[in-house]
Amino acid sequence: MAMITADPKDVPHVGQFVFTPENLAKVRELMSHYPAGRQASAVIAVLDLAQRQQGWLPRVAMDEVAKLLDMAPIRVYEIATFYTMFQLKPRGKYLLQVCTTTPCWLRGSEAVMKACQHAADGETFSVQEVECLGGCVNAPVVQINDDFYEDLDETSMAKVLDAFRRGETPKPGPQVDRQTSAPIGGATTLRSE
Amino acid sequence: MPKMKIDGVEIEVPAGITVLQACELAGVEIPRFCYHERLSIAGNCRMCLVEQEKAPKPIASCAMPVMENMVIHTNTPMVQKARNGVMEFLLINHPLDCPICDQGGECDLQDQAMAYGFDRSRYHENKRAVPDKELGPLVKTSMNRCIHCTRCIRFATEVAGVEELGATGRGESMEVTTYVEHALSTELSGNLVDLCPVGALTSKPYAFEARSWELSKTESIDVMDGLGANIRVDTRGAQVMRVLPRLNDDVNEEWISDKTRHALDGLRHQRLDRPYVRRAGKLVEATWDQAFGAIEAKLKGLDGAKIAAISGDQCDAEAMVALKDLMTALGSPNIDCRQDGAKLDGGPRGSYIFNPGVRGIDSADAVLLIGTNPRWESPVLNARLRKRYLAGHCAMASVGPAVDFTYPVERLGAGPATLRDLVDGKLGFFEKLKAAKHPLIIIGMGALAREDGAAVLALARDLAEKLDAVRADWSGFAILHTTAARVGGLDLGLVPAEGGRDVAGILAGCEKREIEVVYLLAADEIDTKRLGKAFVIYQGHHGDAGAHRADVILPGAAYTEKPGTYVNTEGRVQLGQRAAYPPGDAREDWAVLRALSERLGKTLPYDSLNEVRARLVTVNRNFAAIDQQAAGSWGMFGKAGTVSDAPFVSPIANFYMTCPISRASKTMAECMASRAQLMAAE
Repeated sequence: MAMITADPKDVPHVGQFVFTPENLAKVRELMSHYPAGRQASAVIAVLDLAQRQQGWLPRVAMDEVAKLLDMAPIRVYEIATFYTMFQLKPRGKYLLQVCTTTPCWLRGSEAVMKACQHAADGETFSVQEVECLGGCVNAPVVQINDDFYEDLDETSMAKVLDAFRRGETPKPGPQVDRQTSAPIGGATTLRSE
Repeated sequence: MPKMKIDGVEIEVPAGITVLQACELAGVEIPRFCYHERLSIAGNCRMCLVEQEKAPKPIASCAMPVMENMVIHTNTPMVQKARNGVMEFLLINHPLDCPICDQGGECDLQDQAMAYGFDRSRYHENKRAVPDKELGPLVKTSMNRCIHCTRCIRFATEVAGVEELGATGRGESMEVTTYVEHALSTELSGNLVDLCPVGALTSKPYAFEARSWELSKTESIDVMDGLGANIRVDTRGAQVMRVLPRLNDDVNEEWISDKTRHALDGLRHQRLDRPYVRRAGKLVEATWDQAFGAIEAKLKGLDGAKIAAISGDQCDAEAMVALKDLMTALGSPNIDCRQDGAKLDGGPRGSYIFNPGVRGIDSADAVLLIGTNPRWESPVLNARLRKRYLAGHCAMASVGPAVDFTYPVERLGAGPATLRDLVDGKLGFFEKLKAAKHPLIIIGMGALAREDGAAVLALARDLAEKLDAVRADWSGFAILHTTAARVGGLDLGLVPAEGGRDVAGILAGCEKREIEVVYLLAADEIDTKRLGKAFVIYQGHHGDAGAHRADVILPGAAYTEKPGTYVNTEGRVQLGQRAAYPPGDAREDWAVLRALSERLGKTLPYDSLNEVRARLVTVNRNFAAIDQQAAGSWGMFGKAGTVSDAPFVSPIANFYMTCPISRASKTMAECMASRAQLMAAE
């Protein structure tokens, strides 16, 4: 079994992290949601902001968050390593989180995974296998950055990825003829005016 | 007071305690790993499960508050089965390396596995592997053994006040770590080893040295600082193997500092194990008879005023009273126990002890620190101050060095000028102190061991008077001593008699050749270069500064090698015991002085330890009250005068090396290097 390491050693060196002025304003806004002295409550939101700015969370970013929120750095490390949504290593521009839990697997997530792995180059795309994303009605599901792409198969997955590669943003949601989780091919009941 | 039933026995317990505590009151022992009386409740090991009637599941007794009419069972098959299950899970990832584990024989997991463990493993997967961590020169880690009780994390965060340990990751990849690898920046890290219920954190200097069952255990008193922490000295044969804390809520709770715990290897190096006499500029080995002969020849017919004595910082009261009696017999008024030149002259007892006692800190509601850095001067007392801070509603301020106390302290200023402003009520903090019910003023040696020390003491006294801090029900005037022998020395009157010289006077006298013989009783903290041409007799246990300058060396015993009485900074008289015998020809110090006095024709009137202790009581009644503490008498002391502008400086520049023992310790040298590295990294 592999050794457990919380602190990844093989990451590129990032010398400094500072929030952009816009993000810093957002941080202040987030901190203002909590009573004085309880600003540490904003830590998850602020970490997320840092991750969005940098693309991932280098240690200097966590230290900066700790400084802003007046927390001990170790308390920030604990939180950042606890939640899998925080990326402690650099990743591609698009993070493909492929759900492989039973419903998605029954509906062909293995093929979807294959398409994703084929595209993964670490720069544009990174792949992560995740547990249930909660979109079982539209299985198989892949979360790409913040959006769900649903009802995928190998071909439609490749199509979505191609669009991303061209710099477009394909429409999130079902990739078949279906409105959200309504029946495929349009309504089957309540069709009378 | 809720009434409850534990294993069929009705018991009334205080409200607000937990079921586990209630069970202890009822005399039922509950197994536990994560629960610890002095730390916050975590409730994550699940070993303390008990059955509560009408509850659907077993409850974690450490985290469940008691309620009226609770019915608890601790010995039902359900409880046994639940605990067996917990134990089996704990052992899933615990390596089977007890034979090579230092915790073996004193391991909570080992002991409890005897009661609740399954007799074989049903787990066929690989155990998880966790890299070991670097936590500094004192704590050795073996993280595979960790059961995630988080006691170490809670200790570092709550008691030591260094938020550096945490649990990263989750589930199977959870690990206890500093994340960024570095030594812990605390003076209390040794306590992590005591707290760890398994062998994940063990003592690095003691690694593979001995097994717990080979050691003989002696209860004693620590002399590394003024607190007089209660310790247990473990020895194998003649060697001190380790020092552990002993429980005493009034003094050290159950913590000791790293110096107390790990300076012991200094007891093996640089020891004086036979008398020496300086012949033709070189120290040569001698017999006791030759050494005494050399002293006798020098002292014969010498005027008492030309003889002086300085007693050291770790001396036992027995040796000090013998020294004092010998000097009196020789007609010398020149005796001093204040090597650092602290301006405490043995006036009313209340002027030189920590009057409220360590326990008094718990009830203080405003604290002023004057010229002290308790973190280095007495780390365990500092932890008590931090505990007071955590309890809340306590204003804290300091006049003195700007340091990290591990709790927030408002810094009012650096020197006596600020103190004067405070006394005059010019600073806002004065009002806070005035409003406090139990104001506490802690004065360190940094404020007193200086030219204007007496004036500073008078200022502090004024402040206490103005605040009404010393009254019938509360005495908030506290002197924090840095040395173990000081209060004992002041109690016994080891200060210059009428017309006598203090340390500065003695050294000046040596330079002017007005003092011809100096008796150093384990006194190494003076500038020995200033002893000039004086004939120096050094009695002590280490070849440190004093011994290097000596003309005659009389080997004495270190604190682990003699039964001794020590008075801590609170004025509490405590008895240390002999754990091992002194090396070679070395002898207990009072006995050396007694033998010398006979040779000099001034035989001291005591022949046994009991007789010396009787003499102690005659000199000062306080020595009859063993292990008791009370505020001292109040009166006039200090000397009003002008104060300088020089800032207060803590007398301890280097926490790890403050005495001959710690200076001889390799472990302390490693700690120093590690701390220096840490400072450089910051």
